[in-house]
Amino acid sequence: MSTAAPQTWDEFMEGVWRQNPVFVMVLGMCPTLAVTVSAINALSMGAATLFVLVCSCGLVSLMRAVTPKEVRIAVYIVIIATFVTAVDYAIQAISLALYDALGAFIQLIVVNCIILGRAEAHASKNTPLPAMINAAGMGVGFTLGLLALGVVREVLGAGSLFGVALFGAGFQPWVIMVLPPGGFFVLGAWLLFFAWLERRKLRRAASLTEAGQHV
Amino acid sequence: MSESAFQIFVNALLANNFVLAMFLGLCPFLGVSGKLDTAFPMGVATTFVMLVASLCAYGLNLLLTAFHLEFLRLISYIVIIASSVQLVEMVLKKYSPALFRALGIYLPLITTNCAVLGVALFQTARDYDFVQSVTFSIGGGAGFTLALVLMASVRERLTLSNVPDLAQGTALSLMLAGILSLSFMGFAGLGG
Repeated sequence: MSTAAPQTWDEFMEGVWRQNPVFVMVLGMCPTLAVTVSAINALSMGAATLFVLVCSCGLVSLMRAVTPKEVRIAVYIVIIATFVTAVDYAIQAISLALYDALGAFIQLIVVNCIILGRAEAHASKNTPLPAMINAAGMGVGFTLGLLALGVVREVLGAGSLFGVALFGAGFQPWVIMVLPPGGFFVLGAWLLFFAWLERRKLRRAASLTEAGQHV
Repeated sequence: MSESAFQIFVNALLANNFVLAMFLGLCPFLGVSGKLDTAFPMGVATTFVMLVASLCAYGLNLLLTAFHLEFLRLISYIVIIASSVQLVEMVLKKYSPALFRALGIYLPLITTNCAVLGVALFQTARDYDFVQSVTFSIGGGAGFTLALVLMASVRERLTLSNVPDLAQGTALSLMLAGILSLSFMGFAGLGG
């Protein structure tokens, strides 16, 4: 048991950071860009995706022994669509305003490549528990990615965060940020930022080993 | 809902372009837009799948509504789309093996293209009648093709230009898409 815990943690963190679906793998772009006009939308979309991801990966993993290889993709999609339908009705029941804001993008969770990708690449080969942990990590990573976009776009484009106004009345919102082009620009900027971080880390490591050789 | 067919077409093609304004179908948009030779056929194939999916979805929706089975809508739409993609795949494999290989993994991935499911879902949500649905799907497909071809032409030019290393790849494509999207905003209000 002593070795199991760090492994599980590792499995979880893989999706959150190293293989982050939004910034590293660049998967699931459509909902990423479409719903992140405000932080609250981004958070609820992330939560909905997280739920579908964990449930469907668990079920896919449970059924992996009885799923014929030839029709597996169809089986996965039907499983995913079932959970998405459930989420769709749940959100409609909980908050109609949120349902209107997210629109068809709740149902479009079905075609989010992250979920099908996880089901095919991980859940179909592992037992339910690791599969669900891995899926949860991916879901959290996706939510964080959405939030990173949503926060920037809402602060710049509407001058508020989670609906609370941040600046005085004199603030001129940068409207383009909440319009479609803003989504592309902000995501591009985040990718540039992470590429720069990566570059800096490599350079530091290189200069460290160099210094070590001189000593 | 009294939009004319022409308004729907112009809206789906330009003002509310599927890719650049509604963020549908971004995966192939970023993945296949490297070369003009593959971008155009990909757009046409997607348009065809959209049309078939839209027709089937229209008929299916009537059926489901008649039997009060609306909760099955999503699942049945997805199954329809998967089958029509299979159809396109078989046709392409038989008549144009070279193109089939060039499109590679992106061909079966049309199934998970949000734009295709998006057409089916939006036409249901907006209560479009038969003619409106068909125009919507053709307009949407043409818009998708247009965005893909524009993007591919720009990216082909860019391969020869001097871009900072850091911005190479996806970040550059996203910035380009942002600028394209910005220019498409100029069409706003065109469809009335």
